[in-house]
Amino acid sequence: MSNQSTILQVENISTRFHTQDGLVHAVNGISFELKKGELLGVVGESGSGKSVTMMSLLKLLPMPPAEIVSGTASFEGQDLIQLDLDELRKVRGGKIGFIFQDPMTSLNPVLKIGYQLAEPLREHMGMSRKKARQRSAELLDLVGIPMAENRLNDFPHQFSGGMRQRVMIAMALACDPKVLIADEPTTALDVTIQAQIIDIVKKLRKELGMAIIWITHDLGVVAGIADRVAVMYGGYIVEEGPVEELYSNPKHPYTQGLLKTLPNLEGERAARLESIEGQPPNLHKKPTSCPFAPRCTHTMDRCRRENPVLIKRKENHKVACWWNPE
Amino acid sequence: MTNKNNKALLKVDGLVKHFPITRGIFRREVGSINAVDGISFEIQEGETLGLVGESGCGKSTAGRVILQLIPATAGNVFFKGRDLTSLNMEELRKQRQQMQMIFQDPQDSLNPRMTVGSIISEPILEHKNFQAKERRELVEQLLISVGMNPRFTNRYPHEFSGGQRQRIGIARALALSPDFIICDEPIAALDVSIQAQVINLLEDLQEKYGLTYLFISHDLSMIRHIANRVAVMYLGRIVELASSQVLYSTPLHPYTQALLSAVPMHDPKMERKRKRTILVGDVPSPADPPSGCHFSTRCPRAEDRCFKDSPEWREVSQGHQVACHLV
Repeated sequence: MSNQSTILQVENISTRFHTQDGLVHAVNGISFELKKGELLGVVGESGSGKSVTMMSLLKLLPMPPAEIVSGTASFEGQDLIQLDLDELRKVRGGKIGFIFQDPMTSLNPVLKIGYQLAEPLREHMGMSRKKARQRSAELLDLVGIPMAENRLNDFPHQFSGGMRQRVMIAMALACDPKVLIADEPTTALDVTIQAQIIDIVKKLRKELGMAIIWITHDLGVVAGIADRVAVMYGGYIVEEGPVEELYSNPKHPYTQGLLKTLPNLEGERAARLESIEGQPPNLHKKPTSCPFAPRCTHTMDRCRRENPVLIKRKENHKVACWWNPE
Repeated sequence: MTNKNNKALLKVDGLVKHFPITRGIFRREVGSINAVDGISFEIQEGETLGLVGESGCGKSTAGRVILQLIPATAGNVFFKGRDLTSLNMEELRKQRQQMQMIFQDPQDSLNPRMTVGSIISEPILEHKNFQAKERRELVEQLLISVGMNPRFTNRYPHEFSGGQRQRIGIARALALSPDFIICDEPIAALDVSIQAQVINLLEDLQEKYGLTYLFISHDLSMIRHIANRVAVMYLGRIVELASSQVLYSTPLHPYTQALLSAVPMHDPKMERKRKRTILVGDVPSPADPPSGCHFSTRCPRAEDRCFKDSPEWREVSQGHQVACHLV
């Protein structure tokens, strides 16, 4: 996987929000790359900055209150952060598709599915009305919606949650994106429906070969589909590595703790769950120390003084932590 | 867990809850949503019974009907041998001291205009005749027992994080030293790193006060961890009930099997090897459930009789009950 070419290179993205209670440091200098055809899982709890990072790339955040303080994101030879709105519109929904968490609020309730699907096709691909409709039906079929042609005339409320999320996927795929950003696409769904959606994404990936960034809080979901995983905490990527390496040999105390707190579905049942004590980080504070230091079991003086940087520990395995027992 | 003398604290017998669907200005009843469609089980003293199912299967409604927060359409609930469905409001109010509930969303279940102290002391004021000083001491004790600083009594819910708010909710449920607590998705709204804290707290409290839990959740891994026995619900009915050990190692009902195979595991190597049963379609509407077995429309093994006859609820081995024609 390492010799594949990079499709998206993100450097040092920082985003903050100006709120009534002061500045919120949501994303603090994040860098990562995405290779062609790769599935990168981004894992973190609420407030870790995983969604804000990805939305910053396409400026999908309301500005103000949001402000992208620094960073570049090179995609096909251009820096997404520098693009003006007109140029961005060509990228959004075109070469970069986006799937949001809640399929209820991200579809327009008063427009027919057929219209909503055809819109990007006509906008980005310049298709005729008839051709766009035909392609829309194909897309619905692709994501496993039965009787696709007939359902084009339905409104979002006539679809169930799982079906709506399929429509969202179809929409994101409409213009053959090179990159698909899926923001918690299965979080609002039941497990059996989640399994359906994951199955579809796996299949589509094989067929269409796009690169995917899959944002989630569920370490289990990512374990089954990702090639590489980045773990976020307090607006930083704290650890990043190939999926098997990261799960079998986690290096950051947060990743280690997170994997230990999860109960198993098979094997020994732990008498007691290991827990990470303390509360999530306060993002109002200017990030000058390790965000995990107050909850960490290996905190040293340096952790409170200096923010660790993401450094390579092993081939492809990067960790941002001063504590290194090896 | 501590008490194994097999005394049923709670017995639910053929419990049914139908919500009417009405139409027109006379609110003519045109149908009903069969949220809970005849469920029966017992909970032994000191044990934790897990109730799992997907959204809309009726598990939360079941919890509410058991506490008689909403009246049952049919069936009985016996708590310590007393039929709750036959009690009047006043008797029920007294009975509720011994049965409490912890809700899913600590954001919505705490009054934002009340201080933590008054939230926790409200049930005490209502049911007990305590002096102000006694009350204050009890509230402080409760806060300590859920792992919070007793000086927080004058603060408001919004000053706390989700995990801390859930602790406040737990302290309130404990205020009258109940025997039985229904935990309705108590960790669903919390972050992963906070979930384990709350689960450990619930287990500690159970040990300390000998509590009995009905733990309602959609999280199968967490249920496996906390429950002694597990009941799986689908579209208003319990389809399988067994000890957690048996249910997770040898699930018999096709729905339980599919549900377990759908849960992602946090181990990439195992994930790659797993065989998934992917169910087709969606859960049918509880307003119009399929005839015969409720699961027949999605069951990969359904036969003719599954569409016609409701499967019988029977015991297949000691303590393992299932409702399926094919078992």
